Amino acid sequence: MSWKDVIEGKQGDEVLLNGNEAIARGAIETGVCFAASYPGSPTTEIIETLARIPASEIYTEWSVNEIVSLEGAAAASFAGLRAMCVMKSDGLNVAFDFLTSMNLGGCKGGLVVTVADDPQGHSSVKEYDARYLAKAAMVPVLEPSSVEEAKDMTRLAFELSERIKGPVLLRSVTRIAHSRGLVKLGEPLREKRTAFFPAGECFLTKTVFHMKARDRVGKAALVLEECGLNFAEGPEQAETAIFCSGTSLLYAREAINMLGLRDEIKLVRVGTTYPLPEYFILSHLKGVKNVIFAEEVRPFLEEGVMLLYARKSTNKVRFFGKISGDVAGTRGPSCGEMNVDIILQALANVKDIQYHIPGYPRNKIAEIEAMIPPREYAMCPGCPHRASFWAVKTAIAVDGRDCIVAGDIGCYCLGAWDTGFNLFDTLHCMGAGPSIAGGLSKLGRFGLKRPALTFVGDSTFYHAVIPGLINGHYSGSDFMCIVLDNGVTAMTGHQPHPGTGITVQGMPVSKIRIEDIVRGFGVTCEIADPFDSNHVAEKICFLLREPGLKVLILRQECALVARRRERQKRKVYVDQSLCRGDTCGCGRFCTSVWGCPGNIWDQAAGKAAIDEAVCAGCGVCASLCPVGAIIVEGVD
Amino acid sequence: MKDPMNLVITGVGGQGNILVSEILAKAAAAVGYKVTVGESYGMSQRGGSVSSHIRLSRKLLYGPIVPAGSADVIVGFEPVEATRAALEFGSPGVKIIVNPRPVYPVGVLMGKDNYPDIDTLLGKLKEISAHVVIIKSTSIATQAGNPVVQNVVMVGALAGIGYTSIPKETFGRIIGLSVPEKNLDLNMKAFNMGYEAAQLFRALKTN
Repeated sequence: MSWKDVIEGKQGDEVLLNGNEAIARGAIETGVCFAASYPGSPTTEIIETLARIPASEIYTEWSVNEIVSLEGAAAASFAGLRAMCVMKSDGLNVAFDFLTSMNLGGCKGGLVVTVADDPQGHSSVKEYDARYLAKAAMVPVLEPSSVEEAKDMTRLAFELSERIKGPVLLRSVTRIAHSRGLVKLGEPLREKRTAFFPAGECFLTKTVFHMKARDRVGKAALVLEECGLNFAEGPEQAETAIFCSGTSLLYAREAINMLGLRDEIKLVRVGTTYPLPEYFILSHLKGVKNVIFAEEVRPFLEEGVMLLYARKSTNKVRFFGKISGDVAGTRGPSCGEMNVDIILQALANVKDIQYHIPGYPRNKIAEIEAMIPPREYAMCPGCPHRASFWAVKTAIAVDGRDCIVAGDIGCYCLGAWDTGFNLFDTLHCMGAGPSIAGGLSKLGRFGLKRPALTFVGDSTFYHAVIPGLINGHYSGSDFMCIVLDNGVTAMTGHQPHPGTGITVQGMPVSKIRIEDIVRGFGVTCEIADPFDSNHVAEKICFLLREPGLKVLILRQECALVARRRERQKRKVYVDQSLCRGDTCGCGRFCTSVWGCPGNIWDQAAGKAAIDEAVCAGCGVCASLCPVGAIIVEGVD
Repeated sequence: MKDPMNLVITGVGGQGNILVSEILAKAAAAVGYKVTVGESYGMSQRGGSVSSHIRLSRKLLYGPIVPAGSADVIVGFEPVEATRAALEFGSPGVKIIVNPRPVYPVGVLMGKDNYPDIDTLLGKLKEISAHVVIIKSTSIATQAGNPVVQNVVMVGALAGIGYTSIPKETFGRIIGLSVPEKNLDLNMKAFNMGYEAAQLFRALKTN
């Protein structure tokens, strides 16, 4: 278990860590005292690892959202402690108001904002390039290229932050966070600082401090010229250079090797993409005729270098990148993640080299590809959301007014896909659902006839839903909000939230109940079990016809949590003597409509079956089978 | 062993991909390889395809993504996923170890897409790779005591087929460090059964 290596590993040990664990170790080695975050993929292991250290040494927190976590971490910095705030790139939007404010007045103890972008959107609804936001906030950016460097840059980020007295953004990406590599451990800084916030020392936001922030960036630029994070490899003089940042360093290195161009191509790694190390870059533009850019996601380094070139360079250089369209994957330039193949192609084009891509003939690939089905995301077997979505789908059909459904962010964003019966009409960011539903409900006066309904998750509720609900109630909105409450932040790996009853370190705390909050501002709130599917559908039908804002909590534990606790799972099976197969008229309801991976079709028998290796034993399908052929053992 | 050696482990969310890449990477590191593992598991519990790229070298630190057509070994926990990975990362020289048991995508369950006949699909795999090793890891894992450990059966198969130069004992030791103690016996049994299945396959092939 890698967290043990992170916490107990000795100086000089070489251990296999993922990028998040490496960042956690870097924070430990630099004496971090305070770490806060709202869980977002791909960053969660940073806090989960640090939380295994006693709170007397490092205070860790799952905050309700990203701005709250950054404000908490900044407070520790104001008192002179080293503090880290962690978020996925979407979270930076939430924290941005505070970041742009606090960066004017600055801070004291090293404050590192670790942001993981998710190029290609492996675990996000959008891909993003946080470097543009960092630049807008005038916050320096460090970009590691490997897991090991993620640890080392974490240390340097804290040091830089203290030198410039402002926050520093450590930019991770999925291919750092969720990669594993060997990391040589350094010495943890055991001696903790004492928090000290003397009277008279102030951290304020004022317009005139804009100049302080600007000067801080100028100071950072000078420090970063000499920091060792920018380097070049290959020949001193080269006609063609690749300028890269982040994981693209490893891809570019491999592409150069594959084409046998190690003696011809200069590889320039920029580890500090904002502010740019201008002298370093100009020195490597000198004498170069072609520059290829390799970075994720958008042309941030490319724009910076080209602007610098426009101002300062004397020799003629041609630039090949996302702006010119020469560096592009299957999604075209500026979209999707980088890889070796994209750089190979760009480099081969610039050098006019023919190279053969290993693999199979196109027609062979096309022939076999046509045979294999795509694999869309699916809710887990036994997921209570499937039952909730089914009840809502049924209720909307019965209601007959073609309800508009506003979705939100969590596992249940799968309501926008087949597995969630394509229920969602809108899906954006955390907290958008109730506010969109509220807005829609005002449009009757302009002719909109469809009622509005929104889904939110429990963790989302605490994060961003409360203002939208209060606004809805205050402004006389008429919509229904369904809270899918599975007790944890399920999407990102079951982190606790204020309704779970424990902290990140497993300490019991009193639950802040969603129903108490909703009822507290005077709104009706009902609670039901989504596995009681028919009853729930009836309840939704009734509530949809009630005026005003209605909240229904559908509460059932996440199927994965239930399974992890090794609760005896109920045996579910199909009595094939009862199943009527295709003569039933149900149209293979349990497989083709319900769509749970546990419900499969027995081709040989022409009847339904249960995949026991997959089934979670929730038994909801049994209540939906029209002839009662699905049997839940031990239940009448 | 080829340098770099590129392995792609592929399957469906929930099949235990990450544990396998962790065991393999730690075992390779234990015998002195520079290791990089790239994983995409953001939505892994949500039934999507999950794959890990493992890159082993004595010389260089490689990036977390295998270039197109450059995989040396593909370990597939599911036949359609093994095929998908082979088309993207394989070449005629690729070696494929595959569990033939289907996990049906939701589009197939809902009648939108068709799932191919398994024998036809395995036949296609043999057309594009001269080394296809079929290991019924789910059945073997069920015999070992729990279908869930099919992933560790596949680790055993990889060790037993001999594509890497990592000794069996190293794998065994790393499994001991990677799984909870209460599940160790089950996992070691699964590993050994997978190892033997692959050895048997090798013996039959050479005779």
